[in-house]
Amino acid sequence: MIKNLVHIGCGAGFAGDRKDAGGPVVDTLATRDGPRYLIFETLAERTLALAQKQKQRDPDRGYSPFLDSYVRPVLARCLANNIRIVSNFGAANPAAGARHILKIAEEIGCPTPRIAVVSGDDLLTVMDEQEIRAHGTIEGLPIGEGIVAANTYLGARPIAEALAGGADIVVVGRTTDPALVLGPLIHEFGWTEDDWDALAAGTLAGHLLECGAQVTGAYFADPGFKDVPDLAHVGFPIATIARDGAIRISKADNTGGCVTPATVKEQILYEMHDPSAYLTADVVLDITGVTVEQAGENLVAVSGARGKARPGTLKTTVSFDGGWLGEAEISYAGPNALARAELARDVLGERARERGSNAAYRFDIIGTSSTFDGGTAPYPGAVAAAPDGDYRVRASVSCHSREVAEDLADEVLSLYCSGPAGGGGFRRNITAQIHTASILVDRNRLSPRVHFLGAGA
Amino acid sequence: MTVVLDTIRLRLHDIAHGRSGDKGNRSNISVIPYAETAYSLLLEQITEERVLEHFAHKGASAVARYELPNLPALNFVIDDALEGGVNSTLNLDLHGKTLSFMLLDLPVEVPLDQIEEFTLGRRTA
Repeated sequence: MIKNLVHIGCGAGFAGDRKDAGGPVVDTLATRDGPRYLIFETLAERTLALAQKQKQRDPDRGYSPFLDSYVRPVLARCLANNIRIVSNFGAANPAAGARHILKIAEEIGCPTPRIAVVSGDDLLTVMDEQEIRAHGTIEGLPIGEGIVAANTYLGARPIAEALAGGADIVVVGRTTDPALVLGPLIHEFGWTEDDWDALAAGTLAGHLLECGAQVTGAYFADPGFKDVPDLAHVGFPIATIARDGAIRISKADNTGGCVTPATVKEQILYEMHDPSAYLTADVVLDITGVTVEQAGENLVAVSGARGKARPGTLKTTVSFDGGWLGEAEISYAGPNALARAELARDVLGERARERGSNAAYRFDIIGTSSTFDGGTAPYPGAVAAAPDGDYRVRASVSCHSREVAEDLADEVLSLYCSGPAGGGGFRRNITAQIHTASILVDRNRLSPRVHFLGAGA
Repeated sequence: MTVVLDTIRLRLHDIAHGRSGDKGNRSNISVIPYAETAYSLLLEQITEERVLEHFAHKGASAVARYELPNLPALNFVIDDALEGGVNSTLNLDLHGKTLSFMLLDLPVEVPLDQIEEFTLGRRTA
């Protein structure tokens, strides 16, 4: 059979996405003909550093904490319908993630899957800290003390290799997000390493899917301006990709949300800088010629991606100790609330100054203008705040020691008895920070590997 | 004396939508007109200079505007818009996810006879 169309659905767009989103995607994929895949994107920049720490404590951990809740509900249905799963939920420990999936299969009594593990993204196994530090960072900022993780964004080729080896499920760690989609397409269509336009189309399809429902009406709704039906049950996306690179975006059947040119355009430009040069490990994507058009109800056709030769370097995220973040909040409401909130903020600021700490502080009044404000300057376009209202004072500090963070939170707590009238609803949050920087590494330094567990291994 | 108004001041939010993303201390924000015919108005009025000025209080140092006439849409890349980025900002919104709506807060002058045309696509977008 000549395979002309491949269907790829997405069940999660970030670590923390809905746990029940994958089910309707799988049910819909099961009704489609041809090769079918389900991807989960679960790995933010910092997620991997936390996973590395877990792995150091326990060699059976370090995969995504969401793996179980994403895989368990759909595993039997995927295996029964030959829907292959590709995900970066392996995080810092793909092999342990694969072992956990075998355990799930055993517990729910479904056939043992054949699982491929992609490894080789951990730069610390091939490069010492000194050499890593010798690379200038993309951001121009130095890499701090205490490197926790340095993982390189691998491309789609190892995923394609894993699928060629018969994997029902491919578990990877750090890989470019679009590779989760491009890998299956390379496997199905046999796109070569220099078929730049095809690789670009596959990368664009991956870019459109990688954030889950962000392309199907979620993170889009703006009542009265961009109304989205049944956002509470928003359907996750399915891309149908043709051998020639034509893309159609749809969504799971019997779900909410919508797929329109507007939802697709927002996602095309999401986290895009120069639209003529979106750099990935497999290809440089140029979207300046891309067009989108409605091709049916909740169906949008996307075409016109062009590709240029892939870069000789791979992006690597280096994570390091970032000190502490201290945050605390307290509310003021009703008559003259704004003045009481401002007084609370000023008291906190005065006492922080008196301590003579060189830590960075910030004080906001939530309910006036806060996120739009700069670090030291307010947003000039802010609407004047009403004297009566429901305001929340937020104090925050970035510092090297936990004590300074705790101290600020205690200061906010003290407003209960020692601050302006009627303060309530105190909350605090003390968080160890992980900072990240990016470096570009010669791609020949990394040697991705694929091995198999489970059936036939 | 009779004053004839041929344009009205609206907000960019009335005629366009967008989404913001981050990389380091850089923010990118798309601006997509509801009506394709409003693209030329955006080209004319939503300039790099105006966007830089609008983000000046955040410490923005440079703005690049990329034009995508095929979509049509504009993509703004704003350097140093995130108060140091996720590593160092104390802003509640570490990633500047809300900033697309700050850009959409910009005033635009819309010809009176095109208001309906430029806002028609909104609810059904």
